[in-house]
Amino acid sequence: MSDACKVSVERRDDVAILWTDGYINNQGGEEIAREAYKQLDSGARALVLNLERTRIVNSIGISILIEVLEKVMDRKGSLVFCGLTPTIDKTFRIMGLAQYARIFPSQDEALQAVRAGA
Amino acid sequence: MVQRKTAPPKPQASGSRDISLTIPVAPEMEIVATAQVAALGEHIGMSRDKIDEIKLALVEACINAFEHAHTRDERLHLTFRVGRESEEGGDWLEVEVLDQGKGFDHLRIEPPTPEQTFLGKRKRGWGLQIIKSLMDGVQISSGDWGTRIVMRKYK
Repeated sequence: MSDACKVSVERRDDVAILWTDGYINNQGGEEIAREAYKQLDSGARALVLNLERTRIVNSIGISILIEVLEKVMDRKGSLVFCGLTPTIDKTFRIMGLAQYARIFPSQDEALQAVRAGA
Repeated sequence: MVQRKTAPPKPQASGSRDISLTIPVAPEMEIVATAQVAALGEHIGMSRDKIDEIKLALVEACINAFEHAHTRDERLHLTFRVGRESEEGGDWLEVEVLDQGKGFDHLRIEPPTPEQTFLGKRKRGWGLQIIKSLMDGVQISSGDWGTRIVMRKYK
């Protein structure tokens, strides 16, 4: 399907920025999880998940993001989100993800926060 | 749960226009269906954010049916309607998702909580909660004929 989620990564020292592009469902969520765990295993301390090129995240995709968040928290790392559409932001709040992970309007603000130890 | 052999008649709204679409129970077909929401939403001048909310509600209704309904015909029957509440009332967009599955009693489904989701193992089961939170009106009827979910959002 053409809307399948693609994940690209940029590493800046111990911070990994993951960009998603497309629909985040179970496959999209698993793709993000794979990349996130790869970054954690190679020494990333913080993950910034930039969703500005994603317009739909379904509840299965969010449940996988929650698993990623739990794993990051277990490792005393941090995971922050940025670039959310209002609908994705609202869904993250409905499911409680916003209670456990910080959400920033822009990538710059997200990076500033993780560098400050958010 | 209502016991009947066939689905009750479709709700009728005077002056509404509708489009019907049948999709197979197959991965990512829910995303194909969201294109109709975008087209009709833009037609009535609905904001992009509201269109996104309807799209997600439709996605959740479809994946619930894909996973739980056990449809006899391996299909979901979708109807998209636009209309106006009254002469002075606002425009609305409505999406109906009908499956010929085993039905369920939505009143007996306990809504999940973030605490259960994060501290426990129950990460799933948010579909109905998301649909109800994003839409202005949701009607669910279900029986041994299947399930019909009608979701409406005002412009």
